[in-house]
Amino acid sequence: MLKYILKRLLLVFVVVLGVTVVTFSVMQSAPGDPAEMIAVARYGEDLTQEEIEWVRITEGLDAPVYIQYLGWLEHVLRLDLGKSQITYEDVLGEILTRFPATLVLAISSLILSLLIALPTGIISAIRKNTIVDNACMTGALLGVSMPNFWLGLLLIWLFALSLGLLPSFGYGGIKHLILPTITLGTSMAAITTRLTRSSMLDVLNQDYIVTAKAKGLDERTILLKHALKNAMLPVITFVGLQLGFLLGGAVIVETIFAWPGIGRLLVDSIYARDFALIQGCVLFIAVIFALANLAVDILYAYLDPRIRYEKK
Amino acid sequence: MNETWIALKELGENRMAAIGAIIIIFLVFVAFFAPFFAPHDPLEQNLEKRLLASNGEYPFGTDELGRCIFSRVLYGTRISLEIGVIVVGITALVGTILGGVSGYCGGIVDEIIMRAVDVVLAFPSIILALVIAGLLGPGLFNVILALAVTHWPAYTRLVRAMTLSVKEKEFVEAVRALRASSFYIMRRHILPNCINPVIVLATLGIAHTIIFAAALSFLGLGIQPPTPEWGAMLKAGIPYLRSAPFLTFFPGIMIMITVLAFNFLGDGLRDTLDPRAKEMLMTK
Repeated sequence: MLKYILKRLLLVFVVVLGVTVVTFSVMQSAPGDPAEMIAVARYGEDLTQEEIEWVRITEGLDAPVYIQYLGWLEHVLRLDLGKSQITYEDVLGEILTRFPATLVLAISSLILSLLIALPTGIISAIRKNTIVDNACMTGALLGVSMPNFWLGLLLIWLFALSLGLLPSFGYGGIKHLILPTITLGTSMAAITTRLTRSSMLDVLNQDYIVTAKAKGLDERTILLKHALKNAMLPVITFVGLQLGFLLGGAVIVETIFAWPGIGRLLVDSIYARDFALIQGCVLFIAVIFALANLAVDILYAYLDPRIRYEKK
Repeated sequence: MNETWIALKELGENRMAAIGAIIIIFLVFVAFFAPFFAPHDPLEQNLEKRLLASNGEYPFGTDELGRCIFSRVLYGTRISLEIGVIVVGITALVGTILGGVSGYCGGIVDEIIMRAVDVVLAFPSIILALVIAGLLGPGLFNVILALAVTHWPAYTRLVRAMTLSVKEKEFVEAVRALRASSFYIMRRHILPNCINPVIVLATLGIAHTIIFAAALSFLGLGIQPPTPEWGAMLKAGIPYLRSAPFLTFFPGIMIMITVLAFNFLGDGLRDTLDPRAKEMLMTK
């Protein structure tokens, strides 16, 4: 197991390295002169050539690309993600300030989605092909097909603007959390419901369930003890991945609700073309996502004794 | 041909798939003949008739520049379907080829392709698409590029797995013993086995791509105004959410209907085309 974890950690490192190379290359192919853009953002449109050259030299933009990349990487290994090229704020500091907001939203939406998805999915599977099942599945498909930026706007329109019950955007108390949580939670619930149902159906078809029924065990024990436990494995994997995804910042929902998390930070840094900040956010999100994946795999191996990773 | 007919017939009996297919045909029709259906030019501004609610002249009302929302929504069908089909066409083709090569050749080629897959999947795909589209600048080409870069690995993984399992089958061994070329084996024996799951994935992929493209435009990083695009129209409607909510209703409904139709069809195709799923249904 330990050997497997170490091997996977190494892979995480390689993949994250690949991610940074990809973002660096995309930035290099971005149109326009980065030095000029930074200078404009700092000093306004009225620029002399000297000012642009000064930015180019102080930001190290005159060096060859690979030198720039290696220089950046060297700092990253010392946990220094550099400074924002526009506000001069420390990038890692900025990301860590934003992280709690993202964390709160991630956890609340995850809980909401599970509260909706697990009961719905299980009932759908048990009452397969009944009206209840069809209604749940149609609802789930509607949820999957609904763009969450539209859902967010509709919720703002209904609860904030028309009824005046909840604030439409911002960060603060519980009230601010409700609409973003509903937006994110329901769209996640839609997918999880479908997965829970199909996973339950898979398990209910297995021989050991038939055996349990033949033994005369009551329906409740079969469902809760035999079926549910096994059906939860794929669901746990998926939910873990979702969590990794959410911890990287829900870009769209955070933008609509002006939620000060990582996703919004990334979008703002893209608008501002703040290369250091973009690179930092991307690296942070990649690391979080990779570690979440790893955690899910380890959890999976722990929960399912049939999996023997060492043999692979 | 006969098989195709049977598959189509089965698909017709699947109610959800049939509904999906009918809506899609209708949308394609609308996209083609948008100039005939649209009562106004989607770009024509009329500042004296700003933010009008639905009325006889303007079925869905007018937007902040006095443009006809109904006409803009109709024209929006074009760009969304266009992006969906182009992106899925590119990704399915490239992804399938890479997956086939990866699975068939194995070794170092497989290793390189699969690590590339890992790098793309190491990311929530919206983030990567956002960074690419955001940095390269807005526009149709960059949206398509950003979505294509993020969506090919699903096909590669699928086709690779299928290729690996088919490659070892006896009939492939037999053909190889007859000295058939690798290309022939791939084209004649391996790819036909992959085609059904790829079609299912591609149909669902169109749904996904349309939402993604609209999301990029909604964030201001995709298709730009004044082009009538649903995501961009939603963004433009935000300041008027209180006074004129219809600006955001109609483009959103169109996105949802379109995406829903492709999801319906995709689910239905999976039930009809995926033999494993069919087998499961029979045993129940």
